[in-house]
Amino acid sequence: MSKSAGFMRALKCRECGREYPLEATHVCEFDFGPLEVAYDYDKIRKSMTKAALAKRPETMWRFRELLPVADEPTVGTRVGYTPLVKADRLAKWLGVREAWVKNDAVNYPTLSFKDRVVSVALSRSRELGFETVACASTGNLANSVAANAASAGLDAVVFIPADLEEGKILNSLIYGARVVGIRGHYDEVNRLCAEIAGKYGWAFVNVNMRPYYAEGSKSMAYEIAEQLNWKLPQHTVVPMASGSLLTKIHKGYQELIQLGLTRDSKPTVHGAQATGCSPISAAYKQGMDFFKPVKPDTIAKSLAIGTPADGFYALKVMKETGGASDDVSDDEIREAMSALAECEGIFTETAGGVTVGTAKKLVASGKIPAEDSVVLCVTGNGLKTLDAVQGHVGKPAGIKPSLREFEQLMEKDGRVKSK
Amino acid sequence: MAVTIRIPTPLRKLTNEQDTIEVESATVGAAVDELEGKFPGIKERLVGEDGEIRRFVNVYVNEEDIRFLDNQATPLKDGDDISIIPAIAGG
Repeated sequence: MSKSAGFMRALKCRECGREYPLEATHVCEFDFGPLEVAYDYDKIRKSMTKAALAKRPETMWRFRELLPVADEPTVGTRVGYTPLVKADRLAKWLGVREAWVKNDAVNYPTLSFKDRVVSVALSRSRELGFETVACASTGNLANSVAANAASAGLDAVVFIPADLEEGKILNSLIYGARVVGIRGHYDEVNRLCAEIAGKYGWAFVNVNMRPYYAEGSKSMAYEIAEQLNWKLPQHTVVPMASGSLLTKIHKGYQELIQLGLTRDSKPTVHGAQATGCSPISAAYKQGMDFFKPVKPDTIAKSLAIGTPADGFYALKVMKETGGASDDVSDDEIREAMSALAECEGIFTETAGGVTVGTAKKLVASGKIPAEDSVVLCVTGNGLKTLDAVQGHVGKPAGIKPSLREFEQLMEKDGRVKSK
Repeated sequence: MAVTIRIPTPLRKLTNEQDTIEVESATVGAAVDELEGKFPGIKERLVGEDGEIRRFVNVYVNEEDIRFLDNQATPLKDGDDISIIPAIAGG
């Protein structure tokens, strides 16, 4: 471990506040509560000024003081700063005054928000002296660990449910990672990985490295705020699998307020799930502050976590910020994917369909007032889940290379020749 | 009859670093009590003041979460494996 801890102070239990050294460990020995990175915010305030930020490159690492590495990052240095797209046509479809899409479908290098968490986790793993990195994944994380490990010369072992989309499996194999397909759903993969992590001396990005890994998600919040000229959005809709991204986006906003970089405009954070795996939204709807685990059955495989580690905290954030949660069926997910593609030219994976579809429901139910402004977090790329829309978006018209056949086709479409 | 309990890393200081413990109880709840008899102090780490398994602890019998079975009343038989796993992982 490097001698300096940078801007980090310690790992701290979210439940009891006990502090631990900045090592590869993720739960409190006393109550099993999650460990979180605690920072020296006074030191950060002096270093991360708007003037300093203006000179930095457009990657997530421009917010380096708030990301848990001791020294400069060494893995994934070009990740982040994805476009925040003003989505006027989608706003109409949603029925809301203003909508923005934070488009992590084009994150670098593996086209999902997971590049954010992985660049932090792998940079920190290197600082702690690990040579092998691993993860339990629903697909996107495995892709990102495999790619970023390859570029850093680290050895990667990734664990996935065996029935993932073909695109997501190939997107891990191509980088030379050891891919282990578990015959079971994600929660079973995760349980096995928790046991493996105790036996092998690997850096499991979302097990023993989780306190560092999870912090990477905050960068999405910092970017959104800066891209909105340091105003926080009224509403942010976030897809929930473990619930971690939602809690970290909230934390990111709160840190910017604490550092005086933005005014506290009371941003509301809403959570989106697929109906086929909706333990968190079900708990929200029943007014419970804890969730009941479920066995997932949804096309949104990247969100198919039936025992969400941060479900409890996600519910708390929604309650505290006045946010709501809802969920959408497989058909509604596909419909929303098409809407985003047709309105904004953005092809998202199923998880993005969950976010967009749920946002529409939240507008319809008045949880997001029609006169407000909303940011939608689109976290992954549609090219990775082609199976989900196969057979649902029509087929190309096939004709001979003949003008006559083309004219017949246009006639059928009801299109008129201009001359 | 013997049931194996796999002990997670954060609890091994209490079990003299043993990663598996054999018990003979007929239910998960009784197994936790038996564990407490052998290693005093371990029960309060697993079970809250309300008598329920703590929020951040998952318990599995032969790979199945006991919340899908009969919680602490889940019956045990010879050769069963119990895993105690911190809930905070993944995602």
